[in-house]
Amino acid sequence: MANTQSMERSDSLGGFPSIKTILALITGVMMLVDLYFIFMVAPTDSVLGHVQRVFYFHVPIAIVSFLAFFVVFIASLGYLMKRTSKWDAIAHASAEIGVVFVTLALLTGIIWARPVWNTWWTWEPRLTTTMILWLIYVAYLMVRSYAPTRSKGAIYAAVVGIIGFIDVPIVYYSVVWWRSIHPSPVVGPFAQADALDGTMALVLLFSLITFLFFFAYMVAERMELRNTEEALGRIRFTLRRRGR
Amino acid sequence: MSGLFGPMMVIFWKDVLLELRSRDLVVSVVVFGLLVVVVFNFALNNTPGRSEELAPGILWAAFAFAAVLSMNRAFVRDQEQGGLEGLLISPVSRDAIFLGKALTSLIFMLLVEAALLPIYAVMLDFSALSWYLMLTIFLGTLGFAVVGTLFSAMAVQTRSREIMLPVLFFPVLLPVIIAAVEATTRAVGGETFIGLGRWLPLIGVFDALFLVVCPWIFSFVVEE
Repeated sequence: MANTQSMERSDSLGGFPSIKTILALITGVMMLVDLYFIFMVAPTDSVLGHVQRVFYFHVPIAIVSFLAFFVVFIASLGYLMKRTSKWDAIAHASAEIGVVFVTLALLTGIIWARPVWNTWWTWEPRLTTTMILWLIYVAYLMVRSYAPTRSKGAIYAAVVGIIGFIDVPIVYYSVVWWRSIHPSPVVGPFAQADALDGTMALVLLFSLITFLFFFAYMVAERMELRNTEEALGRIRFTLRRRGR
Repeated sequence: MSGLFGPMMVIFWKDVLLELRSRDLVVSVVVFGLLVVVVFNFALNNTPGRSEELAPGILWAAFAFAAVLSMNRAFVRDQEQGGLEGLLISPVSRDAIFLGKALTSLIFMLLVEAALLPIYAVMLDFSALSWYLMLTIFLGTLGFAVVGTLFSAMAVQTRSREIMLPVLFFPVLLPVIIAAVEATTRAVGGETFIGLGRWLPLIGVFDALFLVVCPWIFSFVVEE
């Protein structure tokens, strides 16, 4: 018991605000500013009208979810090499937040696709790859919770985190070749320089940074929650051994 | 018992003997493969004029389902009798165990496919006599066997293992399924946007990549 308490105290660093609190503050302020920029500052799209504003949510969320799975990949490699719980905690938190983000990316994408492409869904390479990402990382979370022990679950999840990430470029290119009729991406490696108006690009960039902070905050929060879960598990274990 | 090839063949032969004595895998998977074709025939309304465009899809959907079904069993026998633990404490490299099991899955699936292909050719009305088709089937099945063996070793340990393998298998194998369907369409004489020159190398790259990655990762999966 004493052990757990001293650990909790060392986490909060004796009264100074933790990294998590700082991230929460930055995210909160930036999110309000971001909303102001998106709805007040960014010009209304001349063709699509107000619905185009979902773009400032959709693109950053999609980019951050891809980043989240890259973090899962690196942390999974780290866990298989070093076997420290820290790496697994990063991978676990990042995968859970990544699944939430990729779900949001799919939903906002569907809202975006309806006015732009006149269909809710199309089997276009980026959409299909995002869908496959969702499926792979849902499987990641399933394997983790269905494994016989916690440590096995961590290893199996790391395996899916590595295989899944290696697989994504192959999925992408196979779908590109499968359906070569698709609109060119607006941001990313094939970006056209004049695709976005200057203000729009700045708002998009600000929104991306906001969502990066949001992601970092969520990961920090999830990792702390996991620490609490583990501490609770140890307390339960001790109590059970004492015959309570 | 050092080296890679010797132990690999011993493990392969052990599974072949088990299968020869029980005959519970290959026969049941072939029957399942026939059922899939019957279901797809009515689900897609396959009429003689359309079979050229529908047959490759039905073929690979059936092969993929059959592969999952047969690989679900790949580690079950080892798991139930504690045989896998015996293998792991024997002085054999993990790579040899993995490659032996993958070879077993590959050969079993190729047997199943060899039995199904002529029947499919008759029922779905396409010509199966094509070297490109044989090469596509071999490369595609190799991809199924390599990735499927790794996931099967994990799935067999989890709760609800029958559902875990397909959930892991299908998203990761999607590129192989796409490429194999397209290559098959071309091989049996249908029209595709791009030819075999791109699809077969795509499956080849997939196979080569996972032949390197999977044996390495397998050593983490089976460790205690």
